[in-house]
Amino acid sequence: MPEPRYLSRADAEALAQKVLSFSTADEARVNINSATEGNTRFAVNQVSTAGDAYDANISVTSAFGKKTASATTNRFDDESLRQVVQTSERLARLVPEDPEYMGELPPQQYLPVEPFFESTANLTPEQRARAVMEITAPAARQNLISTGFLTHFAGSQAVANKRGLFAYARATGVSFTTTVRTPDGTGSGWAGGGENDFRQMNFAQLGERAIRKAELSRNPRAVEPGEWTVILEPTAVANLVNLMMFSMNARNADEGRSFFSKQGGGNKIGEKFLDERVTITTDLTDPRTVTLPFSGEGLPNAPMTWVENGVLKNLVYNRFWAARNNRQPTGFPAAYRMSGGNSSVEEMIRSTDRGLLVTRLWYIRPVDPRTILFTGLTRDGTFLIENGRITSAVKNLRWNESPIFLLNNIEMMSEPVRVNASEDGAGGAVMVPAIKARDFTFTSLSDAV
Amino acid sequence: MKRRDFLLQSAAATAALGAGSAILPRLGSAAAPMDPVDAAVSRELAMRALDAARGAGASYADFRLAANRSQALGTRERQITFFNDAETYGFGVRVIADGAWGFAASRELNADEVVRVARQAVAQARANAAARQAPLVLAPVETYPDAKWTSPVEIDPFNVPIEEKVDLLLRANAAALGVPGARFVTSVMFASRLGKTFASTEGSYIEQTLYRSYPSMNITAVAADGSDFQNRSSTDVAPRGLGYEHVRDARLVENAPRWAEEAVAKLTAKPVEPGRYDLVLLPTHLWLTIHESIAHPTELDRIMGYEANYAGTSFIYPIENFLGKFRYGAEFMNVQGERSSPGGLSSIGWDDEGVKPDEYLIVKNGILHDLQTTREQAPWLAEWYRQIGKPVRSHGNSYAQSWDAVQFQRMPNINLLPNAERDVSVEELVSGVENGILIDGDGSFSIDQQRYNAQFGGQVFKEIKNGRITGPLKDVAYQMRTPEFWNSMDLIGGPSTYFVGGSFNDGKGQPSQSNAVSHGSPAARFRGVNVINTGRRA
Repeated sequence: MPEPRYLSRADAEALAQKVLSFSTADEARVNINSATEGNTRFAVNQVSTAGDAYDANISVTSAFGKKTASATTNRFDDESLRQVVQTSERLARLVPEDPEYMGELPPQQYLPVEPFFESTANLTPEQRARAVMEITAPAARQNLISTGFLTHFAGSQAVANKRGLFAYARATGVSFTTTVRTPDGTGSGWAGGGENDFRQMNFAQLGERAIRKAELSRNPRAVEPGEWTVILEPTAVANLVNLMMFSMNARNADEGRSFFSKQGGGNKIGEKFLDERVTITTDLTDPRTVTLPFSGEGLPNAPMTWVENGVLKNLVYNRFWAARNNRQPTGFPAAYRMSGGNSSVEEMIRSTDRGLLVTRLWYIRPVDPRTILFTGLTRDGTFLIENGRITSAVKNLRWNESPIFLLNNIEMMSEPVRVNASEDGAGGAVMVPAIKARDFTFTSLSDAV
Repeated sequence: MKRRDFLLQSAAATAALGAGSAILPRLGSAAAPMDPVDAAVSRELAMRALDAARGAGASYADFRLAANRSQALGTRERQITFFNDAETYGFGVRVIADGAWGFAASRELNADEVVRVARQAVAQARANAAARQAPLVLAPVETYPDAKWTSPVEIDPFNVPIEEKVDLLLRANAAALGVPGARFVTSVMFASRLGKTFASTEGSYIEQTLYRSYPSMNITAVAADGSDFQNRSSTDVAPRGLGYEHVRDARLVENAPRWAEEAVAKLTAKPVEPGRYDLVLLPTHLWLTIHESIAHPTELDRIMGYEANYAGTSFIYPIENFLGKFRYGAEFMNVQGERSSPGGLSSIGWDDEGVKPDEYLIVKNGILHDLQTTREQAPWLAEWYRQIGKPVRSHGNSYAQSWDAVQFQRMPNINLLPNAERDVSVEELVSGVENGILIDGDGSFSIDQQRYNAQFGGQVFKEIKNGRITGPLKDVAYQMRTPEFWNSMDLIGGPSTYFVGGSFNDGKGQPSQSNAVSHGSPAARFRGVNVINTGRRA
């Protein structure tokens, strides 16, 4: 990105004030997002496609009484800005009242944090291509086939409303994932990472890990599906814990349609539902899991404890449901840190008589929301452990399992590390440990490599 | 979802709108005629961009300008939860320079910016060339200097009064809640209009307008004692490449009580006994199995390893062992790719690299016959095409979700053709089953990265005993291995059972791009499929 483009604080504020000056509604809010994104893809040991794109858009939410609607545009000339305001107002007048409309917020105080790093903002296509070659060159030398994706963005977000609220922050992010396969198609290894600061990325190390796993995973043997002791590497742990974090809607729980519903009414806040070693927090002041200090409504994001020593401490409350239940509204746990232990993956392997080591999980889809039961498959590095050591690669397996069961069956945990656990290779700031757990449910074998 | 959308923590608002690019023209009223970008201005910008790319050293360039509008309306029970009208405008320039691709895009539609972006794309291609081993080669294409195409819509969804849309959803919700035991309901209406202008250094200039409409509902029944809850989604209403007439034809108000009753019935339905069953799969369900186990594994880029890091590869490899040899299913199995069926979500006049899509058989008389291609990929099949006497030509399967994403291979509408011999009914399919399950509607779905092992749920499950439907089941999912599954299909329904389902947000690529695609299918019968019980207690 030769010219990382996004709106500065001054530009965003001026634009927001101009848009709000066009408003005739009782309430109005403006959300402004702008970012430059760049990416480079590679396949068969060479760059396949790449892209650099700049976009910025404005959303206007207007309200007359409790009637509200929004409109969005990415055209910033005066006429377009007037029109986007008018469209939101016209729609707001036409829709029925929203009895749950909470009105706009007055000015708020925000934590002085910003997940923004110049190293990421100033990344060039040449730097991206060089980073890619740190994987493609050694892979080609070893007669392996590498594929992967490097993406980064630099942008800003702003929120302003007619009550004088204004929030602005910049953010950067970089993600890299690579899959290395053996030419005979019998082995595949994956590695990936995500950071806000490009300087934290170590491409050669990630490439080496994927290459090693590809080599080790050749010629997998079949094992019987069933209940297995597993060692889940941190990416696989986050693949599952994400599912629980994204199911924490308080209203669904109170309405009796969630795992977090309490039979007879209400929700499970205050109940111990996981192993007591599990604590999960969101702390936007932690440099490794830093996020924007405000929500789309302009609500401050505050440090939050979701689970403490296995006890449910909070669920996700929007402003309406929080007010109705005498609780504080919360942010959404897109970024979080889970507690860990002090065992290394190597120690977990040494302590295991018979088990499976899992690199990551794939095609994860909901099966039963009553238990947060999902299905998916292992992928790109699944190994059999016998008598304290890895003895062979194994064929991938389909699992039907819930993070709730996993986090009740913990035997050992490592220190938490930051992972890139989104299936598409561009997820949020999540830190989790590797976990050794018993009785993980695999239901069938897959021939996929 | 775009990476930058992860920035904000208020996921609820963005998630409700889904992926993709929202959009709308310059309008003072919802009924304003669409005039996204002045046609003369578009042509001028395109020519400037292409000239700049050539001047910077590109051997090929294409320019895509998009003017997209979308509208999303959501409700729950008796109230509206969101209404958003959105537009986005921008352009992207894709080039080949030094034998490598480059792509850059911007929202600023002006003469200086198209030149800057075109040069940026060329510079990027040159940076990429250092990490390439062989230069790109494109299959030939005809030129279309002045082409136009529009979806066959009867009613432009953006001309329908807002009040009518809100009223329809709230009446449908009320109809659902009128069923005892139905506690919660959400309904959503989504419409989009995508204006695309394509120009290339090979001389094509193509203007197209696509429409998409998707009404949907989800109804939740909760047991009186709070011990269970069950959902029923309106999966027998598919998204289509049509206008508001599709929303009206969906008859949400009339169908909502049935969906609600089916949600309530699941509370007391018999949990399935795991085991092997014969399955009668209705096309409201089977379209998704086709999508996952036929449409995705026949994407040539994934077969050749280009998607190995995310979407995966394919069991169809190496291709010379499969094309013309691999038996996907019985002799009567024919699977077609096309982008021309009226209302198909992938239907279009020309693809995103200016190729007029053709209709082709992917599976012919049960044997794998062809694969999905773009201009870059068609030459990879040159040897097979030589054997069958076919010219090396792209099938026109290139697509980008919006102006800011590079185009790549995306599936066309892929359809399982109905029984050509006679019009076999669902009743006839059921009558031949001693111990089986009928599945209506798509539900949970998951498949491995080479498209072998899949697990599918559904919306409504009915037990079949001795050729008759006996009662409802729940907690049903089947697991299958693609080759065995399709070869277990022993009878296929006739044209009267045919239904067009589809996916509104099919993900592929990095950064992930969303494609909308339709899949037509008849009902069909499968023998001896492995069924599991998905219910577990916390």
